[in-house]
Amino acid sequence: MPGAPPGGYTALTLEVDVTCRLGRLHIEAAFEAGPGVTALFGRSGAGKTSIVNMIAGLLKPTWGRIAADGRVLYDSTVGISLPAYKRRVGYVFQDGRLFPHLTVQQNLGYGRWFTPAAERILDFDQVVELLDIAPLLKRLPTSLSGGEKQRVAIGRALLASPRILLMDEPLASLDEHRKQEILPYIERMNDETRIPIVYVSHSLNEVARLANTVVLVSEGRAEVAGPTAEIMARTDLFPLTGRFEAGAVIDCTVAGRDHKSGLLRLDSKAGELLVPLPDMDEGTMVRTRIRARDVMIATEEPNSVSALNVIPATVVDIRIDPPYADIRLDAGGDALLARITEYSVRKLDLKAGRNVFAVIKSTAFDHRSVGVAKQSED
Amino acid sequence: MTELTPIELEALNLSLKVAFWNVIFSLPLALAVAWVLVRYDFPGKILVNALVFLPLILPPVVTGYILLLVFGTKGPVGAWLQSALGIVVVFKWTGAVIAAAVMSFPLMVRAIRLSMEAVDQRLEATAATLGASSPMVFLTVTLPLVLPGILAGTILAFAKGLGEFGATITFVSNIPGETRTLPIAIYTFLQIPGGEGSAIRLTIIAIVVSIVALLMSELLARRAARRVHGLDA
Repeated sequence: MPGAPPGGYTALTLEVDVTCRLGRLHIEAAFEAGPGVTALFGRSGAGKTSIVNMIAGLLKPTWGRIAADGRVLYDSTVGISLPAYKRRVGYVFQDGRLFPHLTVQQNLGYGRWFTPAAERILDFDQVVELLDIAPLLKRLPTSLSGGEKQRVAIGRALLASPRILLMDEPLASLDEHRKQEILPYIERMNDETRIPIVYVSHSLNEVARLANTVVLVSEGRAEVAGPTAEIMARTDLFPLTGRFEAGAVIDCTVAGRDHKSGLLRLDSKAGELLVPLPDMDEGTMVRTRIRARDVMIATEEPNSVSALNVIPATVVDIRIDPPYADIRLDAGGDALLARITEYSVRKLDLKAGRNVFAVIKSTAFDHRSVGVAKQSED
Repeated sequence: MTELTPIELEALNLSLKVAFWNVIFSLPLALAVAWVLVRYDFPGKILVNALVFLPLILPPVVTGYILLLVFGTKGPVGAWLQSALGIVVVFKWTGAVIAAAVMSFPLMVRAIRLSMEAVDQRLEATAATLGASSPMVFLTVTLPLVLPGILAGTILAFAKGLGEFGATITFVSNIPGETRTLPIAIYTFLQIPGGEGSAIRLTIIAIVVSIVALLMSELLARRAARRVHGLDA
């Protein structure tokens, strides 16, 4: 088993505090990334890629400081700017960028070759097994599918034994099916290597599923950072996270199959959820995202309604955004979000502190919004 | 018809020698010039570009005459070569190499430049993130990707060097065993009564060499294209 992280390998951190002028875009980013996945989340063109390019050494900030594991990569005040090849920052690009003249095996070995033997933290076979790429080793990149290319690109970056791994929209160029194929590998990698990952994405699903920490990037500014569930539950950030897809993130445990309905049971602090998903091992930690627009609010417990998930909750706050209203709910300690109309708020006389029922259709859950996720250690 | 006479063989050998040294001297310079033209912007770039490609447009006789003016014993470069190093290139096979190099240089630069332009520079950045320093990036990524273009340019330049006529005869004349290369020998045989057999034999050799060179350069160019376009399918 390529199981436990190699001995003596301690978790690393990344500190970023930079500004950079790029044409009309003024980038200002200050955040820290610890173990696990830190997502840089924001719309296309918000400056996310520029931020990771600065970390990798492919773009020079105008001012600031970048340090990985206490080692300064860039510091404008003392004039330090390590060239990209000395930074030991792994980078997985959106388009894979495998070397077309090298076989998969040679691509994988490329960065490893430049890494002194003593600093290699991962074993070649271990990575090949982790990413399931043994059958591809002899092939040329041109003959690989998009998903296979991306897996090889991830392996290549890992084998250079980076202190930080940057992933810039690694799934964006893949179709939905391929995305689902790659996501588990990224999750496994996160669990098994302990290399901090900075994950750039504009997909709420990916972020909700993978990230421990979210840094919101908007118009060049890395504005807000915090634990994923907390950021997702903040109604005031909906303009940044995107109203249509906005929703709460809840950690659950698989509790087996419900015999009456044939649906999968998930336990959470909010209560039991019934979801139409294939079998998963009991006790598996999963993370599920419930979109605000999929949540209805009832002031009395509804008895004859098709929706199977009725969860008692308390209104925490209401943010009016005519003609809508975003309601933040507390359900046994888990935050839930509901997006209803302003009219409904008035009609039901909703106020902070009022006890209500959140009603969620089982069909609101699908394989895209539910993923196996290890929770962060802390 | 099959056996080459010593005189014909001498012309062929001389041509091969001239073409070989032409390629050896031109290649590093062509690589450097192509690299600068592809990767750098500087004032006067258009001028440098025009200068490199001028021999392609000028009548070869004009190029040969300019070489004679510059490299002749009274020319600026020729006089210096003679007084400082004791080297005379006019009417020598080394002069034929210079003529061939000048004439084939545009072909070589163009082939290398095209393949350099096709190199995805993002791959070089990727190599850097994997720990490769600039010289290593050039050796392990850029050069292998440009290699088909280099080979194609080399083959074209070799073939051109083998067959250069106008600039060579103007610059270094027609001296048997010294500057009478293959095409000049053909020309000479056509001036002599009964020389047609030799002319035809040498002509066939010239045709075969040219076709093989063209085919090889085409094949390499295709391979280069396949590699570059195969990227990021």
